[in-house]
Amino acid sequence: FRSEDPITDELWDELEELLIAGDVGAENALKIVERVRERCEKKGLKFASEARSLLKSELVNRLDVDTPQYSERSTKPYVILVVGVNGVGKTTLIAKLSNRYKAMGKNVILAAADTFRAAAIDQLQHWADRVGVPVISQQPGADPGAVAYDATQATYNQQADVLIIDTAGRLQSKHNLMKELEKISNVVKKRWQYAPHEVLLVLDATTGQNGLIQARAFTQAAQVTHLALTKLDGTAKGGIAFAIVQEIERPIKYIGTGETINDLALFDGESFVNALFEEE
Amino acid sequence: MFENLSDRLTDVFNRLGSKGRLTESDVDAGLREVRLALLEADVNFKVVKDFVARVREQAIGEEVTKSLTPGQQVIKIVHDELVHLLGDANVPINESKNREQPTIVMLVGLQGAGKTTMAAKLALYMRKKGKTPLLVAADIYRPAAIKQLETLGKQLNIPVFSEGTEVAPPDIAEHALRQARINGNNFVIVDTAGRLQIDERLMGELQQVVERIGPTEIMLVVDAMIGQESVKVAEAFHAKVPLTGLIMTKIDGDARGGAALSMREVTGVPIKFLGTGEKTDAIEPFHPDRLAQRILGMGDVMTLIERA
Ligand SMILES: Nc1nc2c(ncn2[C@@H]2O[C@H](COP(=O)(O)OP(=O)(O)OP(=O)(O)O)[C@@H](O)[C@H]2O)c(=O)[nH]1
Ligand SMILES: Nc1nc2c(ncn2[C@@H]2O[C@H](COP(=O)(O)OP(=O)(O)OP(=O)(O)O)[C@@H](O)[C@H]2O)c(=O)[nH]1
Ligand SMILES: [Mg+2]
Ligand SMILES: [Mg+2]
Repeated sequence: FRSEDPITDELWDELEELLIAGDVGAENALKIVERVRERCEKKGLKFASEARSLLKSELVNRLDVDTPQYSERSTKPYVILVVGVNGVGKTTLIAKLSNRYKAMGKNVILAAADTFRAAAIDQLQHWADRVGVPVISQQPGADPGAVAYDATQATYNQQADVLIIDTAGRLQSKHNLMKELEKISNVVKKRWQYAPHEVLLVLDATTGQNGLIQARAFTQAAQVTHLALTKLDGTAKGGIAFAIVQEIERPIKYIGTGETINDLALFDGESFVNALFEEE
Repeated sequence: MFENLSDRLTDVFNRLGSKGRLTESDVDAGLREVRLALLEADVNFKVVKDFVARVREQAIGEEVTKSLTPGQQVIKIVHDELVHLLGDANVPINESKNREQPTIVMLVGLQGAGKTTMAAKLALYMRKKGKTPLLVAADIYRPAAIKQLETLGKQLNIPVFSEGTEVAPPDIAEHALRQARINGNNFVIVDTAGRLQIDERLMGELQQVVERIGPTEIMLVVDAMIGQESVKVAEAFHAKVPLTGLIMTKIDGDARGGAALSMREVTGVPIKFLGTGEKTDAIEPFHPDRLAQRILGMGDVMTLIERA
């Protein structure tokens, strides 16, 4: 494909396919391409390269949503609740975030509120030791709400700056597990009215169309404020994020790009969209 | 938007009001909806293309059965083709032919897919069938991966072989096999670390494990929620280590699981088990017809069509 190539019907098909291949979703891809096509015609654009740029900027715009948020620098304590389906990378992300906040000079406390999965507490403890932050935990099988309660108490007593709560992975279709999130959230609210200040929904970039259903359900059960997209070091593009951001109107804050604590970056719409257009 | 494919197709064919034989334009209008439904179910777009072309060939000119509407007729063709591609019947787990040699099952896949949980589930499942399983902790990278497998083993009272995080996985696997022979474990399940299919080093490590222990089964464990990536993942793993089976986990959620079709299509390897929950007994042998209905987002219409 060369920059002087004209805009053809095939080009639109190609672009639609590119979006579908990146998990944007068939209906959404159709809608987006249709809209860009109309805009191209209105503007009288002639070249394929112009159409591509317009599509890219349309996509970047779709990810750019404003959300009321608390300042993580001045809110004390800043309470983060991390939620998502099983195995997406919540616990690993928390390790990365602890490291980030610690580097900012913050005192961080972690709450091991995944008391269900085998060795989930050990996993969090391992990371916490690595980063050098304390973990509040109870025995496996304990009530997650009780762990959250202990952690709020510790955060209050030690006047910590940041409290990050790890939760067990749960599928959004399991109502009682979703209810449990509400309970955890209420525990911290009892102490700090506006907590949790950040409810981070973690999404795996390899997720397909189910991602949108996840986002809806978690937003409803736990008032998600931000998204984190993990495993972007693979070849998956994470295109379901477009539909999600548009629907729940919450921005992507972080991306995860590997399994070590340094594999974290703040989200950047432009490079995310560019990656969608890259071939392997 | 319509909830499922049968609603969509019924709507299309109501508008066409067609009867008798399925004409080319009937079929094409219907197949547009089929294409969308499959894509929404995360079937890979290339696989969808081939699939739709095949169905089209079969459907045009087909006599519409009296008891079915044209929409239902197309669904039936789509459904039957899906079941066919998913494998027609359940394929049981391969077992070692040699009495002296234990069956060795190795689980591989992306990070977080559900391998460790599935290792424990398979161990329990096979013990119920009279086997004496040994679980092998060959994930030396993920924090607490060994502890996770040990915890599950303890819960089930099934032995877990581990050598900490300092011994290389191919060595661990070989030592475990020796141990199994000594202790009379006739079913060995090797849990490996999650890895990206583009990670040359870790994919090479898998090959080494395979060379060392010659597994009876190498199963790719995949999350039911995976999207278009499934094809690349399955192809890459299959190219490095000869897969003998696919396992789809987290099917207890509401993901359609269309990736199963894609992966089956590109590897030709049968889907053998489904993971249906977080508990160790949440495992089911795979049945193509149920997944076909799930991919299409319908259950109710099928009973209707089956009666026809
Ligand atoms: N390649 C890659 N792997 C990741 C990334 N984030 C997490 N992982 C891996 O994904 C797997 C699951 O990560 P966890 O952090 O345990 O996920 P979780 O959401 O806490 O899982 P549950 O608590 O079981 O629901 C682990 O093997 C991690 O090392 C990432 O950004 N890239
Ligand atoms: N709901 C549900 N959750 C599952 C299922 N199988 C596994 N899980 C959960 O998915 C998460 C990841 O499972 P693991 O068994 O740790 O996955 P893994 O592939 O070993 O992960 P890594 O070793 O980090 O690559 C855990 O929270 C499991 O409890 C399933 O069939 N249904
Ligand atoms: Mg976790
Ligand atoms: Mg594992």
